Amino acid sequence: MAANIDNGPRQKQKSNIRYFFPKDPDKSRAKFSFPRRSKDSIEEAPVAKEKLKKWRTGEASKGRARTKFHSEKIKAREEVLEKVAEKSARAELLCTEETGALEGERTYQITQNDIRASADEATQQKIFDLRLNQFGPYRLDYTRNGRHLLIGGAKGHVAAFDWQTKGLHCEINVMETVTDVKWLHQETMFAVAQRKNVFIYDNQGIELHCLKHLDSAVRLEFLPYHFLLVSSSAKGYLSYLDVSIGKEVSGICTKQGRLDIMTVNSQSAIVHLGHPNGTVSLWTPNMKEPAAKILCHASGLRDVAVDISGNYMATTSLDRRLKIFDLRTYKELSRFQYNKRYCPGVLDFSQKGILAVSRENVVELYKDMTNQAYKPEKPYLYHRCDKLVQDIMFCPYEDVLGIGHGWGFSSIVIPGAGEPNFDALEANPYQSKSQRKQTEVRMLLDKVQPETITLEGSVVQVQPETITLEGSVVQVDLKTAAQQQEERNKNKFLKPCKIDFTPRHKKKGGDKASKVMQRKKGVQEEHMRSAVRTIVRTKQEAGRQRQRNKSRPGLAEGVSALERLKKKSA
Amino acid sequence: MATVSRKKKFSLKVLSRNPEDYRRETKLDIHKAPQNPETYLHPFTLGREYQRALNATKLERVFAKPFLCGLDGHRDSIQALAKFPTRLAHVLSAASDGEIRLWDLSNKKCVSSVVAHDGLVHSLCSHRSGQFFLSTGQDANIKFWSCSEEGQIGQEPVRTILNKHVYQGIDHHEKEDIFVTCGQSLDVWAGDRSQPFQSYKWGLDSMHHVKFNRIETHLIAVAADDRSIMLYDTRGGSGVQKLVMRMKTNALSWNPMQAYMFTAACDDFNLYTYDIRNLRIAANKYEDHIAAVMDVDYCPTGREFATAGYDRCVRIYSVTEAHSRDVYTGKRMQRVNHVLWSMDNKYILSGSDEMNVRLWKARASEKLGVMKPREKTAFNTAETLKKTFKDHPEIKRIARHRHLPRLIYTQKKQLREQKDAQKRKESNRRFHSKPGAVPFVADRTKQVVDVKD
Repeated sequence: MAANIDNGPRQKQKSNIRYFFPKDPDKSRAKFSFPRRSKDSIEEAPVAKEKLKKWRTGEASKGRARTKFHSEKIKAREEVLEKVAEKSARAELLCTEETGALEGERTYQITQNDIRASADEATQQKIFDLRLNQFGPYRLDYTRNGRHLLIGGAKGHVAAFDWQTKGLHCEINVMETVTDVKWLHQETMFAVAQRKNVFIYDNQGIELHCLKHLDSAVRLEFLPYHFLLVSSSAKGYLSYLDVSIGKEVSGICTKQGRLDIMTVNSQSAIVHLGHPNGTVSLWTPNMKEPAAKILCHASGLRDVAVDISGNYMATTSLDRRLKIFDLRTYKELSRFQYNKRYCPGVLDFSQKGILAVSRENVVELYKDMTNQAYKPEKPYLYHRCDKLVQDIMFCPYEDVLGIGHGWGFSSIVIPGAGEPNFDALEANPYQSKSQRKQTEVRMLLDKVQPETITLEGSVVQVQPETITLEGSVVQVDLKTAAQQQEERNKNKFLKPCKIDFTPRHKKKGGDKASKVMQRKKGVQEEHMRSAVRTIVRTKQEAGRQRQRNKSRPGLAEGVSALERLKKKSA
Repeated sequence: MATVSRKKKFSLKVLSRNPEDYRRETKLDIHKAPQNPETYLHPFTLGREYQRALNATKLERVFAKPFLCGLDGHRDSIQALAKFPTRLAHVLSAASDGEIRLWDLSNKKCVSSVVAHDGLVHSLCSHRSGQFFLSTGQDANIKFWSCSEEGQIGQEPVRTILNKHVYQGIDHHEKEDIFVTCGQSLDVWAGDRSQPFQSYKWGLDSMHHVKFNRIETHLIAVAADDRSIMLYDTRGGSGVQKLVMRMKTNALSWNPMQAYMFTAACDDFNLYTYDIRNLRIAANKYEDHIAAVMDVDYCPTGREFATAGYDRCVRIYSVTEAHSRDVYTGKRMQRVNHVLWSMDNKYILSGSDEMNVRLWKARASEKLGVMKPREKTAFNTAETLKKTFKDHPEIKRIARHRHLPRLIYTQKKQLREQKDAQKRKESNRRFHSKPGAVPFVADRTKQVVDVKD
């Protein structure tokens, strides 16, 4: 080390500094030697580029940040992200199950009977009908792991069961109109929207809570990561209830009439409401106004569905059209006109992107609908029920579609609908009781705050370093930037304010009009002087800032006088 | 399972899992947990991680109970603390009444004690072998004490050196049989000689604190009463460098990992780290104390150090940051005179005026004792999360919050106001003077008055 420093460039600059290090290196026993393993002794096979591309999120940064510090910070962050992508690509190998498929010339001719005839026994068990013609039409809900099923008939029949083993949890009659049923975070509890109130039952059918403030609810949704039960009412109210603490987080009067079309974007937790005037409005619990409104159809909506990636939305309307929208741009991707006899009804997207559309008593299934170029002539599959279809839902992690209709419930097999490889830390169809309990605790600990639900959060993915805004975790501190700009603009037009000052009454000639005036002037001028001084200083500071920013691209404020004549398009 | 139907030509493959592949085979087995990194299966990853980081930060504050125990028994204020290089559990403390005690930290008890000097004990240091320790006292003696493996101090000193002057500081060489004392002069003693074989003096004032460098073992730093810090080499005849500061240095400590860095605890409420290759500018300045800093001790990794304050608190600083990472106070703790960072990097000891030696954890919320691998992983994960989200306002606020005694809280506020006022005044002066008349002076050079070679 001594030699190192002696020859260093600092030594030449400051020769007056003397360095003291032991001259006899043998005497000092501080010698360390570590056996170094060369870095390339462990070498993994490189990952294929196409595979990596799939796992990369976002673009690589271009150019450099303003300071070296930040450039390095961004670079380090990118390296981490690249490593994550590589690890994910490698982990792909461990996902062993394969997606289902149905290949043939006219797949739409294939019926459930054909599938049952050629499928294995376990799959055959998944095709079944429940004939419940007294209490229909039925609404249904699967748990997040796809293991349990909840059905609720409009005339009060509610049943919860493990549909794979056909084990019944409970079957009750609530003796009231049931408008919707929803599992809460796990299969231990579910919510039922009844004639007046929303009730929460446990899986034995015991009433746990009666939520009186969620009155006349027509649709229920549950946000599992936020523990929010969302209910939309016949009177136009949208309420968010935190089921972990039992508090209403937000209640919004939408002023849109009966809210009987509701769906949730699973990636951003934004609620989509469909309205009779053809619009879809997007809601967060933090705003009393819709975060966005999309005019989708010229006539009233029938149903809305958002795909699992959160990027596409499908709508059906009374004008017999099915439309697909891109939620990143809010633009229509494609539209499908049904012919005169049919009007498309309820919708649902599967995990692998198969779209199920009902029309009267028929369910049609389409593949690749979010692909703009793909215009299917005929559906992928086709299923006819006995009665009018009321509700459809794909079972997560299974090739199964559940249909609630006037005469009960049908379960049909749709090859290629479900995600074959589940993540046990998110949803595990095969979880044991102890695992379920642990997951519940973990979910409660990781409960995401409702303030973080934002429209931007769904689309924009910003590096976590840049986040400062209190509400959203994934947003840049735009508010402060705007405020800064506002303050900067203020500086331009600063003016010292005038003060009104009445001098105190003084005796012995001090109260003469001229003296009073003199005193008043003195105070006012003093105030003026100090005010002008601060203004000058702020302006100087701003000027300096401008000068500094001049050389920095994107920050220079200099706008030429001709700029205002430019076209203000886009 | 692909099957081909004859009637309508199609091949079918349906998702059909065998439940046995996903359940554990026996009860003793671990649960199977297949994973899929697909993005859409993991919504709100960032939000959830933020929540975890927030919870981890909160838990850290909940578990931040740094005080372990008070070692009481001394009958006067603590004057010196010393650690052994070869023993983890044993620590020496000396009080103003001349008593030296040896403590066993593992069972928090005093093992043995001896009345070493008439009047107060000025300084203590252990011998490199760990078999002896040295003490200087008000009675102008230097005494060698033996100390057994079990911690028994010999009732009579092994050796006593009688002197004319009182020595205020003592330190032993890292490797050789040399020790150094400071008082009226800086004396280097070797072997069994009863006279110092080397004696240095630079200026008139006496010196009160001396420390050997632990890496460049012949290098000595001394703090003197004339507000200076001097560097000596025991192999040379005179001093190497002398740094004069605005205020007196109470104590200093060499960085155990970087031979050329030391940190000085100063009377002006601040600490300064110097690079001995350039003493004109401090490498870093550490603020936050609201009274004189009495002692400083580095942790064995050289990344952090603990300080003892006259303001009744112990603070912990990271070497690279200007403000303290943590502050330890006790309701009954008085002026802290001495501080020690244990050699296993886990504990801090402080000796204060009210006759107590206190044992603290070096990291306030750390879990002590053996941890299972899963627990360790969980702690590591929490640590990484906290680091990742440390700049978020809510997390920052919680992590920074400390409940402080009113004195410290108000004084700190006052001090900040004073500093701001000074800054404002300087900027006003600069604004109203000719450009260049009031130059910008780096904060880290302000305390340096002179550097002599």
